[in-house]
Amino acid sequence: MSSPAITVTNVIKQFGRFAALRGVNAEFDSGKFYAILGDNGAGKTTLLRALAGLAHPTQGTISILGMTPPDACRQIGYMAHPSLLYDEMSGMENLRYFARLYGIAGDERCVEVVRAVGLDPELTRPVGQYSQGMRQRMSLARAILHDPKILLLDEPFSNVDVHSAGEMVHLLRGMRDSGKTLFVVTHQAALLQGVADEFIWMLAGQIVSRTPDLPAEFTGAGVR
Amino acid sequence: MSSPWSIMLATLAKDIRLEWRSKDALNSMLFFSLLVVVIFSFSFDPLAEESRHIAGGLIWVAILFAAVVALNQTWARELRNQVLDAYRVSPAPPNALFLAKAIGNFIFVSVLEALMTPLFIVFYNLRAVGPAWQLIPIALLGTWALVVNGTFFAAMSIRTRSREIMLPLLLFPVSIPAVIGMVAGTTAILTGDDPAHFWIILLLTYDVVFTTACLALFETVLQAE
Repeated sequence: MSSPAITVTNVIKQFGRFAALRGVNAEFDSGKFYAILGDNGAGKTTLLRALAGLAHPTQGTISILGMTPPDACRQIGYMAHPSLLYDEMSGMENLRYFARLYGIAGDERCVEVVRAVGLDPELTRPVGQYSQGMRQRMSLARAILHDPKILLLDEPFSNVDVHSAGEMVHLLRGMRDSGKTLFVVTHQAALLQGVADEFIWMLAGQIVSRTPDLPAEFTGAGVR
Repeated sequence: MSSPWSIMLATLAKDIRLEWRSKDALNSMLFFSLLVVVIFSFSFDPLAEESRHIAGGLIWVAILFAAVVALNQTWARELRNQVLDAYRVSPAPPNALFLAKAIGNFIFVSVLEALMTPLFIVFYNLRAVGPAWQLIPIALLGTWALVVNGTFFAAMSIRTRSREIMLPLLLFPVSIPAVIGMVAGTTAILTGDDPAHFWIILLLTYDVVFTTACLALFETVLQAE
């Protein structure tokens, strides 16, 4: 049996007196699609930030492919709720800059990921003038630029129309099928029905359930 | 894998491009400095011999306050859309980011100085009695002293609620030795009363010490939550 790709051991994260994560223990396998669900303040984003190495656990450890999150940064692609893009630069200008941070030379990879998310590499408009859907796609392009093995996506479908969200889900499914491990925090769980391998429900800073099927309260309501 | 040097250059080029497009920092610095020049030129007789004694202080105080505007802008750009997080999750070294920001600020403040110096000379009828070439090392070392600490403290204060107030509160006390060196050195050259060598060495020492300290501590500041 292979060892898990990610191991989270008794992780507590406190902000002052508030505990955003309260002793999270979990193991996650490679090549799986995990949907993380929960109400606002449940700790979903904090867990994702801890996996990305942006939030340091107050207690506990996180192992990603046998490394700490900062050491595993080349294997991690992170997409946050904000775009993590410079509004004053075009999408390609943004990607060229971030490519340099990962040692990616030339434009080929940037063009490839822009096309992969369904945008036009010739678009010269600054990102600040993009629609929310385009910005989300460009943000995803930035996250996958260095071809990471693990993708951490925080609300990738928020403010995206149904058609675009469907296309993004299709793209994410393809990434999972190519062997990547995906963690998607979302309030639109219905979009991931039949796509995600596991639905993780968080409540008050803890993982309270992990099921292969979408929890019943989401299936009837569609988009929650 | 990109070298820290090429990442630093890419970040510097990106910052210059962003400033070129928005001109936020340059416009506000220029406007503030122009106000200082004009207001002070009305408040005393700029043609008097005394102007040579006070011009050094006036120039550097104007540039110090104007520089704070640019320094605040440096990190404000990285906070919009949380772009700084994209850098933090990348394998790029923190010091490449710090140096790019410091050099970018150095360029912006130097441009301001290049634009403002002729105005100061005209408005205050300045003529150096001492060796004028020594103003160049004083300007370069003094500007670096301001921006290296300013870039560092601006990074420290970006996560505070009142960061625009916090920056001068942190920066000005630490900059006192450098400001004294800049003002006294400039005055010494303009009046020709004393040699400026001591002040140049003081600024050089200050720059070496604080650049080293900022580089050593920046990673901690960048990774702070």
